[in-house]
Amino acid sequence: MTAPAAPGSPPGLLRRIFDSDLWYSFTRSWITMGSGICVLLLVVGALGAPVLAPHDTFDPATLKLMDAFTPPVWVEGGNPTYLIGTDNQGRDMLSTIMFGMRISLLVGFAAVLFSLVLGVGLGLVAGYLGGTIDALIMRVADIKLAFPAILIALLVDGVSRAALPRDMHDQLALYVVVFAIGVSNWVSYARTVRGTVMVERGKDYVQAARVIGIHPAVIMVRHVLPNVMGPVLVIATLGLALAILTEATLSFLGVGVPPTQPSLGTLIRNGNDYLFSGEWWIAIFPGLTLVVLALSVNLLGDWLRDALNPKLR
Amino acid sequence: MSETAARPLVEVQDLARYFDVSKPLLNRLLEGGKRQILRAVDGVSFDIPRGRTFALVGESGCGKSTVARCVVGLYPLSRGKMIFEGVDIASMRTREAMRPFRRRLQMIFQDPYASLNPRWRVRDIIAEPIRAHAILSGREAIDARVDELLTQVKLNPRDGEKYPHEFSGGQRQRISIARALASNPEFLVCDEPTSALDVSVQAQILNLMKDLQRDLGLTYLFISHNLAVVHHMSDEVGVMYLGRLVERAPSKELFRFPRHPYTQMLLDTIPDIDMTGRQRQPVAGEVPNPIDPPPGCPFNPRCAFANDRCRTEVPVAKRAGEALVACHGIEEGRVPVIERVPAPVAA
Amino acid sequence: MPNHLLEVDRLKVVFPTRRGTLVAVDDVSFHIDQGEVLGVVGESGAGKSLTGAAIIGLLEPPGRIAGGEIRLDGRRIDNLPYSQLRRIRGKEIGAVFQDPLTSLNPLYTIGKQLTETIETHTDMTPTKARERAVQLLKDVGIPAAEKRIESYPHQFSGGMRQRVVIALALCANPRIVIADEPTTALDVSIQAQIIALLKRLCQEHGTAVMLVTHDMGVIAETADRVAVMYAGRVAEIGPVRDVIKHPKHPYTIGLMGAIPAIGHGTERLTQIEGAMPRLTDIPRGCAFNPRCPKVFDRCRSERPDLLATETSLASCWLYDDQRAPAREAAHV
Repeated sequence: MTAPAAPGSPPGLLRRIFDSDLWYSFTRSWITMGSGICVLLLVVGALGAPVLAPHDTFDPATLKLMDAFTPPVWVEGGNPTYLIGTDNQGRDMLSTIMFGMRISLLVGFAAVLFSLVLGVGLGLVAGYLGGTIDALIMRVADIKLAFPAILIALLVDGVSRAALPRDMHDQLALYVVVFAIGVSNWVSYARTVRGTVMVERGKDYVQAARVIGIHPAVIMVRHVLPNVMGPVLVIATLGLALAILTEATLSFLGVGVPPTQPSLGTLIRNGNDYLFSGEWWIAIFPGLTLVVLALSVNLLGDWLRDALNPKLR
Repeated sequence: MSETAARPLVEVQDLARYFDVSKPLLNRLLEGGKRQILRAVDGVSFDIPRGRTFALVGESGCGKSTVARCVVGLYPLSRGKMIFEGVDIASMRTREAMRPFRRRLQMIFQDPYASLNPRWRVRDIIAEPIRAHAILSGREAIDARVDELLTQVKLNPRDGEKYPHEFSGGQRQRISIARALASNPEFLVCDEPTSALDVSVQAQILNLMKDLQRDLGLTYLFISHNLAVVHHMSDEVGVMYLGRLVERAPSKELFRFPRHPYTQMLLDTIPDIDMTGRQRQPVAGEVPNPIDPPPGCPFNPRCAFANDRCRTEVPVAKRAGEALVACHGIEEGRVPVIERVPAPVAA
Repeated sequence: MPNHLLEVDRLKVVFPTRRGTLVAVDDVSFHIDQGEVLGVVGESGAGKSLTGAAIIGLLEPPGRIAGGEIRLDGRRIDNLPYSQLRRIRGKEIGAVFQDPLTSLNPLYTIGKQLTETIETHTDMTPTKARERAVQLLKDVGIPAAEKRIESYPHQFSGGMRQRVVIALALCANPRIVIADEPTTALDVSIQAQIIALLKRLCQEHGTAVMLVTHDMGVIAETADRVAVMYAGRVAEIGPVRDVIKHPKHPYTIGLMGAIPAIGHGTERLTQIEGAMPRLTDIPRGCAFNPRCPKVFDRCRSERPDLLATETSLASCWLYDDQRAPAREAAHV
């Protein structure tokens, strides 16, 4: 891939990206560009939190209770060390948000990956095998759709709390949340993949592979799967925003990630207590971050959906 | 040797393919209605000698594409035999048993835009049969073979690095042909290979197919709705109507003395490009719904010569001159047979 | 100056894209007289459908007319505001498209669609309009028209649907009908019926037809004159018999040889090497020059205009009188 391109061979990956229609449509709209930059900044901030954050909020030694409830720097009483103020325990808000975003993004990505694998797998099986198995999977999907995602997540969380000993539950809480959100979102993947597989399966290039004598499982993986990944990518992007919001909601309700690993939702919940006593920044800034994150990811998803849709091109 | 030379390479005997088009069981139980069976192909027989072209012609929905797909094994047969070099390959139940034959019969599809995986490089598309059947091993040997195939279909070996969308329809159909040839098949099933192409490109592909047949000794089953193309390509022609073969004759005979009233009608529909000013018989009616075909001869509602026997009794194919015709009228001699086209002028 | 019914004068249709402006129809001129059938034939990408769409004002954006004039009865119609264009469309210009299903609204009975169109373009009373609708359906050969008028489009077969579309196009007695591939989606036996119908109706009503198709056979049977298009330009235009029997432009010659026909031998077909250029790289000079067996220097640099031959007009330098000596040289 890095070797110099031989004459006649296709141009390098970077060139292909910047030359592609996808990149072109990306640069066409300032909204898409803006949300792309927002997502990039937020992800870099989150991933680089241990290095970039001005304070290490997980080190109790650095906490100064005296600095609790410091307002943002532009408000009277603000302190330049804490750019957007501190919370009730004197933790730097900017740093807690950066660390909180890590958890939110981690849960979001993991949940999306989980539902993607589950949904794509079930969708492939249903679409390719058809018949009774297809009917079975799709009826389960219908039943699933009758339950709101949050209810399923609450249910999973409740069951795991009852079934697992307390300290073990705290240890596993992150996985439980990922599982809960993942399980509640797989249906859209399964439906899309099933539909696409049924269309692709009838196409002549799949028939051609059958005539050649390729094994059905190989046809699925090598021919059909790559052609269903476009729509899956779109759903995954839109699903990421949804997963992050669901996680925030669960954490806000206190059934999400453990308090020792605060996510954006936990931070908002924490700030909620002080919202009406004047310390608005403790809730507002995590909230704003969540809104910008979810909105940017959603806008990117919308762009991807339009850009990959041949009918709109 | 002499035995295989005498025996046709491909023998299709009483081939039938039914589709269950009824509503799902649950809906049938709730809403009523009975099972509906679509007899897409019902008792079609023909054989193709090695190195020859047999064409199936008919309007859309007549079952000609279904025959093609049955012959290459994409659809299981509901009845009948598909004998390849003396072996009934339709009766094979396992993929393993079928494997040695897979290599030897290949297919070219109608739509050059749908028959190539858009995400694969042309080189990989053409190499797929070579890898699947382990005909060659080693990247270099396979690459060399793909280059050879690309040259054979008059493309540039460098085109192998490109993706299908970079090619025009005619070039894609060449890629399709190269892929079909990759496993050195003896028998090619061509399902409307040029009907999605422009005429000048169609001429290129038809010429290429004729050249390949001559050079490689290929046997073709050629499916088309275009009578002029069929006339140009085939040695023998079968005319299909509503899942049945109504007439089968050597190409020259069929175009000169069309016997079955449906064949006569089809020939009447060809636009008069030579502007001879010949009068065409007005064509009446449309193809009936194949789920609910008329009793007796399927063509009877549109046939000017139909009588009570035609409306009740299904005709079987009987020899008439050089042709096999399934028509009571021809058998009884009440359908006039008129010579149509003057014999091709010798060049 | 003879006044033609429809005149298309140096029409140019362009598509702005990210990789530059594509010229899809380039300097196309022709005319159609009262009651005449002009066939416009060409392979895909030749610009024949876009020419038709430009005349009815149905170019899909971002495509637009970038030059030239379209005149109906001497009056320009290519620059009319939408409201006026709509009045002309349907009333004076009818349209028949390839896919009859998309031309009909699936939610209304065909009777409603017919009477509505009649009432929009004429001042008939509803009762009169309905009578005319039934008459039209009878004209296009729909059996039991009084009954079938209450049916929905999906209750008709493909061939019957195309008949209804033709009836719809003829509702307001238009002066000209633009028929874009009217038989392509139909089976061969139905094709012949529809061609015969179009021909008969236009003779009866004195309607002119611009018949856009890729099928030379259809043109041979139906048209009075034919325009052969190639890469957005008219390659040859003339009386149909002359163009088919004695084509002059090398492209038309190749095209005619490429068509397999019954009654001819089954030896190799004439083959035009290569493919129609993409709109992104139309060659300089004559667009056909890279594929032309008779190409000479001038073809690669200068674009030919339509030049008179013994029978038709062909845009080919072979027929430029000043070049006559060079033409001899090119043959040697």
